[in-house]
Amino acid sequence: MNDSGTATSRVIGVRHHRREVCVTVAVWTAAMSVIGLLIWILTDIAVRGLAEIDFGFLISDMQNAGREGGIGPIILSTGLILLVCLVVSIPLSFGTAIALTERIGQETGFACNVRRSLDVLAGVPSIVFGLFGNAFFAITLGLGYSILSGGLTLACMVLPILIRTSEQALRAVPAEYQYAAAALGMKRTTILFRVVLPVAMPALAAGVVLSIGRALAETAALLFTSGYVARSPESLLDSGRSLSVHIYDLAMNVPGGGARAYATACVLVALLLMINLATAFLLRMTGVRHRSTTGGTC
Amino acid sequence: MLIATENLSVSYNGRTVLRDATIEAKPGEILALVGPSGCGKSSFLAAINRLTEIIPGASVRGRIRFDGRELETVFPSSVDLRRHVGMIFQQPNPFAMSIRRNLELPLREHGIRDSGELRRIAESALRDVGLWDEVSDRLEQSALELSGGQQQRLCIARALALKPQVLLMDEPCSSLDPLSAERVEQLIDSMRGQYTVLIVTHNLAQARRLSDQVAVFWTQDGVGRIVEQGETEAVFNAPSNPIVASYLSGRKG
Repeated sequence: MNDSGTATSRVIGVRHHRREVCVTVAVWTAAMSVIGLLIWILTDIAVRGLAEIDFGFLISDMQNAGREGGIGPIILSTGLILLVCLVVSIPLSFGTAIALTERIGQETGFACNVRRSLDVLAGVPSIVFGLFGNAFFAITLGLGYSILSGGLTLACMVLPILIRTSEQALRAVPAEYQYAAAALGMKRTTILFRVVLPVAMPALAAGVVLSIGRALAETAALLFTSGYVARSPESLLDSGRSLSVHIYDLAMNVPGGGARAYATACVLVALLLMINLATAFLLRMTGVRHRSTTGGTC
Repeated sequence: MLIATENLSVSYNGRTVLRDATIEAKPGEILALVGPSGCGKSSFLAAINRLTEIIPGASVRGRIRFDGRELETVFPSSVDLRRHVGMIFQQPNPFAMSIRRNLELPLREHGIRDSGELRRIAESALRDVGLWDEVSDRLEQSALELSGGQQQRLCIARALALKPQVLLMDEPCSSLDPLSAERVEQLIDSMRGQYTVLIVTHNLAQARRLSDQVAVFWTQDGVGRIVEQGETEAVFNAPSNPIVASYLSGRKG
C-alpha cells in the first residue's frame, strides 16, 4: 500500500518533471528563434548593404534610376514627411488620450465609441489609408502628390496606435498622485501638466517612437500620396520619395537596384535605431527612467 | 465647532458605504476615527475635502459645516477648500520631483511667486516636521530618495506649508516602520492646539494616546455607521455600546 503509493507519486513526479522540461525548452526555443531571426535579418541587410554606403551616398542626388548616386533628397523627404506626420498626430493623440483618461466621466458612451472607432481604424490596411489620402488630401483638398499629403495620411494611420499607447501611458500614472495633488488644492490643468504628464513621459515617448517606426516603414500609404519624385523637395507641396518607397522601387522596378535597396534599408534601420537610442538617452538626461511599452525597465 | 457633519452619507455607484455620520470637532482638537476596515472612515474624510468629486462613481449626501456655516458657502471652490483642509494619505505620496519642488509647487499654485518667500515657507514647514536638519543640504534631490518615514513627514510639511486649519489624516502611520511611525505620531501630537486633526487609525493604542475625541465606526447591515463617540478617555474606559466595548478591548474587529 505504502510502497505502491510512493511508486505512483514517483511516476507522477517524473511526469511533472518531464512536462516542466518540455515547457522550458519550448519557451526558450521560441525566444531564441525570434532573436535569431532578428539577428539574421539585420546581418543580411548589413552584409549586403554596408559596402555601398559612404558619406557621398548619404548626401548626393540619385542617378540612373537609383542604381548610382545617393539618397540625399530621399532622406530629406523622409524627414519632412515624418515631421508633418508627428506635428499633426502628437497633439491630436495626446489630446484624445487625455480626454479618454480624465477620471471624471471616464466610462461614458462617448469614450467607448472613440475607443471602438480606434480599434476599427487600427485594423484598416495601410493601402486603404493610401487610397483615402489620395482621394481626400491629394484630390479633394487639392494638395496633390506632396509631402504634405503623405505626412497627413501617415498621421491618420498612426493615430490609433499613438492614442492607445498614450492612453495606456496616462492610465499607468497612479491615481494616488492625482489625489495627492488635488488634496493640495491644485487645479486640474496644473495636475495634468505638472504631475501626470511628467510621470507619463517615458511611456508617452515610447509610444511616439513606436509610431515613428510605423511611419518610417510605411510604403503603401505613401505611394499614392507623397509620390515618388526623387528630386530634392523645395516645399511641403512638392512630391517627395520616402526611404521605404525608394527601397520598394529599387527592389521591384529597377533591374540591378538590389544592392542600393539593401544600402537604403541599412540607412533606414540605422535611423530607427538612432531614434530609439536618442529617446532613451534624452529621457535619462531629463531624469526619468525609460520604461518600454512591454513593461520592462531598461 | 470648526468642522461638523450632519447625517453625512457616502455611496459609490449607488451602493452606500457610510450612512448618517454626525460628528463635531472643536478647533485645535484631535479627533480619532477608529473601526474595522471597510466601514467608511476614509470615505468620510474624502467627503470633507470633496475628494469624492474625483473618485469615479462617488456621491455624498448630508451637510458639512465649517465654523458654523455651510461648507459650500464658505468654500464654493474645491481648490480653496483643499487649501484650508489638508489631507495626508496612508501611503506617502511625494511627487517624482525634488524635495524643494514638492513643497513649492502647491504654494505657487496658490499664488505665492516670490522665491524668497517660497524658500522661507518651505524651510519653516520642514522645521515644523523635524525634517530640516535631515534634508537641508539635499533639497534639490528627488523626494523619492527619502525613506518612507521621511517621505510621509515631507507630505505633512507640504500640507502644512499651505497653512490649513484642518488636517485630514488617513492612517498616516500604518505603512511606516515602528520608529518612523513614532516620529510621525509625536509630530501629530505636537499639532494639538494649532490644527484641527481628523485622523483615521487602526492602532487603538495610538488613538487613545493621541486623540481628544474618538468616533467608533462599525458596519451594520453592510453599511458603515458611527456607533459611539465622545471624549477619548470616557469612550475607552466605559463604552456604552457592547460591540464597541469588545472592539476596544481587543475581543472583536
